[in-house]
Amino acid sequence: MTHPGIASPEQSRTGSMPRESADPSPSGSTVLSVRSAVYSYGSELALEGANVSLGRGEILAITGPSGSGKSTLMLVAAGVLKPTAGQVTYNDRIISNENERQRSRLRRSDFGILFQFGQLVPELTAVENVALPLLLSGVKRAKARAAATAWLDRFDVADLATSRPPEMSGGQSQRVAAARALVTEPTVLFADEPTGALDTVSGELVMSEIVRVAREAGTSIMLITHSAKVAAYGDREIVVRDGRTTESMIDLEATGTNA
Amino acid sequence: MTTGHVLMGLLAHEDRHGYELKSEHDVRFPGSRPLAFGQVYAALERLSRKGFVDSTEVENVDGPNRTVYSLTAEGRDELLDWLSRTEVPSPFLTNPLAVKTTMALLAADRATATDFMDRQRAAHLQRMRELTKQKLASGASLSDVLAADFALAHLDADVRWLEAALERIVHLEQEVTT
Repeated sequence: MTHPGIASPEQSRTGSMPRESADPSPSGSTVLSVRSAVYSYGSELALEGANVSLGRGEILAITGPSGSGKSTLMLVAAGVLKPTAGQVTYNDRIISNENERQRSRLRRSDFGILFQFGQLVPELTAVENVALPLLLSGVKRAKARAAATAWLDRFDVADLATSRPPEMSGGQSQRVAAARALVTEPTVLFADEPTGALDTVSGELVMSEIVRVAREAGTSIMLITHSAKVAAYGDREIVVRDGRTTESMIDLEATGTNA
Repeated sequence: MTTGHVLMGLLAHEDRHGYELKSEHDVRFPGSRPLAFGQVYAALERLSRKGFVDSTEVENVDGPNRTVYSLTAEGRDELLDWLSRTEVPSPFLTNPLAVKTTMALLAADRATATDFMDRQRAAHLQRMRELTKQKLASGASLSDVLAADFALAHLDADVRWLEAALERIVHLEQEVTT
């Protein structure tokens, strides 16, 4: 951005540029933070110093064009990928220093992940799919099924308990996937284009359900999306461009003024 | 679209007096400019002259008599005819946002234009968050939701255009400055 200006320097208003978010401050206490994260797939640099702070109970939208690095940022924040450089902190734990086994255990106990296509197990019924994360954490079968049924009910799909994913509509299976992502009552839900495969109205229904349920439970959400309409469900937005993060800041004084 | 057509639409199911028409309009179109009484009565007067509405004086024990309006058969035909005509897809080429972005590229440099677009995008997002909250609020009526949907869809289109503009900025810059 050091392009020589045609306008005179005092007109270029660089002082009001959205700041590189060195320390974006969410309201309330921070539950998860990513500092100066770098990540490369082989020789290709996907993140070049990304910074994100997620507040407790906050819904934070991470937006940016395809290939900007937003999904990589989510995987780094969720401890799925280990950053090449930089630090990821969850509460007081520096998870970027931990090994895969420790991070995997943390993901099972404290995180929920929801993808664009629910990735439900097609051979299992809805209730079995939702109960799965609990069973993997050692919860007894009857208790896991009861919890799964309650979560299906919260997403208004209790009547699908014995249906298998191929028998469900896109909206229905995404509700089941959301129930599965939240059944362990995670502190943080990572949602990567959770309504990307749905039409407008069912996408909105699923999105508003996720937001309602998360608000009730005090769950923080890191919401990855390329859509401004989906980002508008969040409390705040971080824009990723070319592997770098920029906090989306409004210059209230400059909005709506006419020269 | 004219105020007259909107008033005829509001009279389609029920006869109403002027004040009711004004309030009904303002409830049905939240976020739009409220109708002025003068506008309502001037439009009703025109509709009467064309034979699209009838008016009847109704006695009012508490005050002056009220004029109640009803839609005539001709009025109903005109209303249906209006509803059957498509609106011209508006290209919004004179939208201040589009003009300002082009001018930012033409009169300033890429950094200035990018800065403007980033801040504009943030302002749009802020408004979209407010509209989304209104839509999700318990007790939001169908009119509230439809009005919020309409505004959200248009703001979303602006944002997508801004994003595409940011992506094309190098090419755009070459085009507008050569």
